[in-house]
Amino acid sequence: MIKFKEKAMHGILFFTAVASIGAVTLICVFLVANSLPVFKEIGLVDFLFGVKWAPSDIPASYGIFSMIVGSIYVTAGAIIIGVPIGILTSVFMAFYCPKRMYKILKPATNLLAGIPSVIYGFFGMVVIVPLVRNIFGGNGNSILSANILLGIMILPTIVGVSESALRAVPNQYFEGALALGANKERAIFRTVLPAAKSGVLAALVLGIGRAIGETMAVIMVAGNQARIPTSIFNGVRTLTANIVIEMSYAAELHRQALIATGVVLFVFILIINISFSVISNRKKGDA
Amino acid sequence: MADENILKITKRNHLKSMITKGFVYAAAIVTFGVLVYLIGYVFAKGIAYVRPSLFAWNYNSENVSLMPALINTLIMTGTALLISTPFGIGAAIYLVEYAKRGSRTVKVIRMTTETLSGIPSIVYGLFGMLFFVIYLKMGYSMLAGACTLAIMILPLIMRTTEEALKSVPDNYREASFGLGAGKVRTIFSVVLPASVAGILSGIILAVGRIVGETAALIYTAGTVARVAGSLFDSGRTLSLHMFLLSSEGFHTGEAYATSLVLLVVVIAINTISSLIARRIGKNNG
Repeated sequence: MIKFKEKAMHGILFFTAVASIGAVTLICVFLVANSLPVFKEIGLVDFLFGVKWAPSDIPASYGIFSMIVGSIYVTAGAIIIGVPIGILTSVFMAFYCPKRMYKILKPATNLLAGIPSVIYGFFGMVVIVPLVRNIFGGNGNSILSANILLGIMILPTIVGVSESALRAVPNQYFEGALALGANKERAIFRTVLPAAKSGVLAALVLGIGRAIGETMAVIMVAGNQARIPTSIFNGVRTLTANIVIEMSYAAELHRQALIATGVVLFVFILIINISFSVISNRKKGDA
Repeated sequence: MADENILKITKRNHLKSMITKGFVYAAAIVTFGVLVYLIGYVFAKGIAYVRPSLFAWNYNSENVSLMPALINTLIMTGTALLISTPFGIGAAIYLVEYAKRGSRTVKVIRMTTETLSGIPSIVYGLFGMLFFVIYLKMGYSMLAGACTLAIMILPLIMRTTEEALKSVPDNYREASFGLGAGKVRTIFSVVLPASVAGILSGIILAVGRIVGETAALIYTAGTVARVAGSLFDSGRTLSLHMFLLSSEGFHTGEAYATSLVLLVVVIAINTISSLIARRIGKNNG
């Protein structure tokens, strides 16, 4: 009886453990199966590199190149703004922050990560967009606004991962540098930070993943025009925005084209995930 | 002569490190300044609009009440947790207590959970729409939304539970075996009770993600602004309500107030989670 109970439990637990495999398989199968007609009817190259997205034209054209470019611009800008600030903040958290203050600031970074993207988006809409409009002209819904907002949104990810990478560096590195006559700043930036390189790189990769997948906040500030932008003050549409904006009224090939947009996004994320795990495996190899 | 040179170099290095230090402090001020400014701004602008009518039982375009959305959020959170937690905890128990180290199944499970945790919520939303809403014929419903979110939070619950189980010392298990308990009994009467705080803090983190989610719900749970009568009805959650309210653009004041309420909920969830985490830290230390 007891033996049966043990075996049954083992089976149940194994079933729950493989559920995640089932989920990933289902996601892949359903996304790919529903977007296959797009690649058949439009063709992979025309879909990926077509610059014209005009689902209501006759004949309609479905090219998502401007959205791919849009996602890359928005993400790249967010990285340029968010990564330096994030890494410097993580240095502050690991080396400069007084202990008492740390007890407040550490939960504060968690809160920054926990604030829903709609609130960030709303904040961007009422604060950042008008700011960009007043300083640079135009209507403010622009790549730059999205860059600033996403730069803020990826901060907690970067601070968290990079801080734990800095803390994982053995203390002797820091002390050794001090003993050789380096001052604190030099010891941190010439010795500890290079030693934590792969962890910091992992933070960067996670930040890219978060920025490229962000949807609601970007829709609220980026303007969403489906064309290739010529300056950072132009509006832009990302892959994620394309799906949300048009899915409510899309049908047939248009709908499938939107699902295929999701597949492209999914492939981007897979590439990012794989590079992340390559980086973190290399980190284990070092130690 | 040589002394002077050294003096110059030290002076230059000193200046350099002062500048570096300045940058470090400036970055920290920017990071936490943004947080304080965001919270302060939403509170200052929204507090005047937090009126009783905002919490009216029924939504109409006059009062734009957030009450139905708030109730839907509770239903959504409960349902998603009910589906996801058994799987998440079960999988973590399997990985920590049963699986052989380095087995191929474990490697594949790890890879898939890592993949799941990286997938953007809009892709979950697309999948939920294709699978739950259309293929399983659930329609735009709370159930379809909850199933989608359940998959989304699965890796989070798995990871935190795994960590909690790993932090239980092995002599607990050995003592239990020594007293003649079987493996199942050991896990459920000894290991799980000892790791309940860690598991709980993971679940609360998951609650935070559910409450803040929009992109995965808009095409699964739908956007009806009523309290969902059953799990098969459509209903918008608070975050989705917030998104729709601010993109309509008619009720800016109410949008501020709604984001204030949402922010308060999120801050409360975060505080509870960090209090629990602190208690665990004390117990271990």
